[in-house]
Amino acid sequence: MYKRFAPLVCLLPALVSAQTAAPGVEQKIADLDKAAKAAQSAGDNAWMLVSAALVLMMTGPGLALFYGGLVRRKNVLGTMMHSFILMALVTVLWAVFGYSLAFGEGNSFVGGFQYLFLNNVGSAPNADYAGTIPQQTFMVYQLMFAIITPALISGAFAERMKFSAMLLFSTLWLIIVYLPMAHMVWGKGGLLNAFSGGALPCFDFAGGTVVHITSGVSALVCAIYLGKRLGYPSEPMKPHNLVISFIGACLLWVGWFGFNAGSALGASGLATSAFVATHFGAAAATIGWLIAEWWRSGHPSVLGGISGCVAGLVAITPASGFVKPFPAMIIGFAAGILCYFMVAYVKGKLGYDDALDAFGVHGVGGTFGAILTGVFATNLVNDALKDSAGNPLPLGAVDGNVMQIARQIGGVAVSVVLAVAGTLIILKICDIFMGVRVDAEQEVQGLDLSMHGEEGYNFEA
Amino acid sequence: MKKIEAIIQPHKLEDVKEALKGIGVDGMTITEVRGHGRQKGHKEVYRGQEYHVDLLPKVKLEMVVPTDRCEQIINTLVSAARTGKIGDGKIFTYDVAEAIRIRNNDRGETAL
Repeated sequence: MYKRFAPLVCLLPALVSAQTAAPGVEQKIADLDKAAKAAQSAGDNAWMLVSAALVLMMTGPGLALFYGGLVRRKNVLGTMMHSFILMALVTVLWAVFGYSLAFGEGNSFVGGFQYLFLNNVGSAPNADYAGTIPQQTFMVYQLMFAIITPALISGAFAERMKFSAMLLFSTLWLIIVYLPMAHMVWGKGGLLNAFSGGALPCFDFAGGTVVHITSGVSALVCAIYLGKRLGYPSEPMKPHNLVISFIGACLLWVGWFGFNAGSALGASGLATSAFVATHFGAAAATIGWLIAEWWRSGHPSVLGGISGCVAGLVAITPASGFVKPFPAMIIGFAAGILCYFMVAYVKGKLGYDDALDAFGVHGVGGTFGAILTGVFATNLVNDALKDSAGNPLPLGAVDGNVMQIARQIGGVAVSVVLAVAGTLIILKICDIFMGVRVDAEQEVQGLDLSMHGEEGYNFEA
Repeated sequence: MKKIEAIIQPHKLEDVKEALKGIGVDGMTITEVRGHGRQKGHKEVYRGQEYHVDLLPKVKLEMVVPTDRCEQIINTLVSAARTGKIGDGKIFTYDVAEAIRIRNNDRGETAL
């Protein structure tokens, strides 16, 4: 009973003051303002928490299933573990120093130490990044990106990397490649951050450079450094279970809405626009890959369809918050065809063993999308960049800013150089400490048994 | 006693079982096997990587029958398993030295 009347009692002073004088009106406006802000914060925060969960779902189970089905039966658990362990490892590193080095105030290359151990990261928003959601929401959302990025690389070293070396590699890779790259593109004052006065302003809405080019290019370096799997390409290495890969790809498609639309950092119209661009890009890429494959090899395969969808999602990632739906379909469709020829023809010609095509899909699709963002980005979709008079500035070539294509290529170059140099150094360090590749006997036995002491499928049990 | 070993197309297994039941044969052991004779395999393509699959799924039936029924059973088997295309399979017969029923130590044809 008491609770039911409590609001009434609270209203009494307000009613009294409203009758008396103007200051009461001001108070009421201030209260309304506060209530409106709280309502927006509630809506934005709800979407961002869901988005964070969706992005985590992309790694586990999405990527774990997608990659797990593509390897041979003896390596299914080892491959899934590559994704799953990063959900734990990167989380701990992110809390200790990762978030601070990516998003703390530092120089143009890397963040500072102000958020070490998540110090000062609480429910108050950080207006430099997202003024309507708790900084903790922003922090945990960005963490999910840091988890999936090294997990993507595991597609290149699948079926032959030591688990201990993979742990050290991922830790060092996060420090040397990912955190600086995330700071440069999204961090306050970052070198490539177009919205924070970066010297080389690039548009990367959800991680074309930060996530896909860094992981894809590092994957290529890993594939070349580790060498081919024993028996590749003379022995058959068919995907052992395309059904689980299919489920994984569908989870990736859905999770990607959190990845791209969530990168609007609020439940805004921009989030809707990114959501739509993402979906249309994925759909067109699926069709693009399938057409190319049907024409070249005679069958439209399920593996082709799901690979095309991932290639499109990758390519649309940097563009998603800057382009309209039809340019999104053009980017997706072209990326689907390009990535198909990359993995089906170019890879074979060059002879490296990128086991699950992390480079062919993420490196190539990411680069393609990053450059086309410079073509199709328009301030009709994203007007965050304004001149001193408050008018939106032209973004890409379609807005008349042709120079942006060159800047995007510059951004791609920075991420490629960082990824190649960083990954080579890290692999050398890992090799010195523990050796990166399993020995031949372990490789023949399979990583499930040799690294983890168990098997994925126990039919006799 | 004869042992009949028949390797047939998997999708013909039900027809064969029905036909054998129809002439009173009620014991057999089957195994899922892979192999090929003159039948060529097929091509599979994964992201442009081609694989030739020449060992195809087959079903192997094994049964031991009284010698005087052997010919009838083989004829039944052949007509039930035949599609007329390459890949229908083969039948082999062997002489059997002894049969023993484990439950009660029956010997010879009474053990079948």
